[in-house]
Amino acid sequence: MSNYRLEILVKPRPGLLDPAGKAIHHALVALGWDGIEDVRVGKAIYIDIAADSEAGAVELAEAMCRRLLANPVTEDFEVSVVGALEGAGS
Amino acid sequence: MRVAVITFPGSNCDYDLYKAAQQVGEARFVWHRERGLGDFDAVLLPGGFSYGDYLRPGAIARMSPVMEDVIGFARDGGPVVGICNGFQVLCEAGLLPGALVRNASLRFESRDVHLRVERADTLFTNEYRDGQVLRMPIAHGDGSYVADDDTLEALEAERRVVFRYVDPDSGEPTPASNPNGSLRNIAGIMNERGNVLGLMPHPERATESLLGSTDGYGVFTSLASAVSALAS
Repeated sequence: MSNYRLEILVKPRPGLLDPAGKAIHHALVALGWDGIEDVRVGKAIYIDIAADSEAGAVELAEAMCRRLLANPVTEDFEVSVVGALEGAGS
Repeated sequence: MRVAVITFPGSNCDYDLYKAAQQVGEARFVWHRERGLGDFDAVLLPGGFSYGDYLRPGAIARMSPVMEDVIGFARDGGPVVGICNGFQVLCEAGLLPGALVRNASLRFESRDVHLRVERADTLFTNEYRDGQVLRMPIAHGDGSYVADDDTLEALEAERRVVFRYVDPDSGEPTPASNPNGSLRNIAGIMNERGNVLGLMPHPERATESLLGSTDGYGVFTSLASAVSALAS
């Protein structure tokens, strides 16, 4: 078993109105940034977990996303391993 | 009618709901860690901010032990009503389709709205008239109802939209009368079987003239008539 740090990105589904993204878009334009096509706001969740392999860790996180972390009606998710941690559990 | 009012950490409309339910039956609070709803004729999920709305409104509350029993109660045909946060919990639990997301205005909307009763032949609206316009309060930050097109079409075709936000003068759904950006001005829906209702407005806060409106009382009297009809 090794410990992995996972980054889970939970993103609003395409086509879904994202009022927070819209408000940030307006604020950026007001500050003088031109040419912004779109702003979408999601969230990042970091989980440290022990697993047999990188693929195994990702599989666990995907199960968590389906069960709790993302709402399939409104959100998509993406899981990546961002590090293997020292002091792996035995 | 024996009514369970489910209470989660962070529920804050539980007493309002209890008071409203007491007017038409015998209400009891059921803590989210309790199990078993066999003694009840109806189950109500109150508004509030269960678990601080962390992750998504209703997402953590949906994992509470009692929710297994709420799901079982609903599957057995028992009437279930979720109001505001309770509606969000029912969607997260898969008892109702779709989801409730951040208000289009990005503001917390706390004010009276007008709703049209889209059908008066349900367990929850039989004391109203078809097309009747009701005034009751809303108080939410995440009340914008969304669902994919197929789901919306099914809701309309099966007449499962129970309440819609409307203009009080014309009685028609308009962009201006929609307080949160809900698709098709949807304020409340029910499941296919017609025994689970979710709505964002607060009928329990419109049950006494002292509160400014009694238009919400019909939800509770409707439920009581439906339950006594089921029993006889």
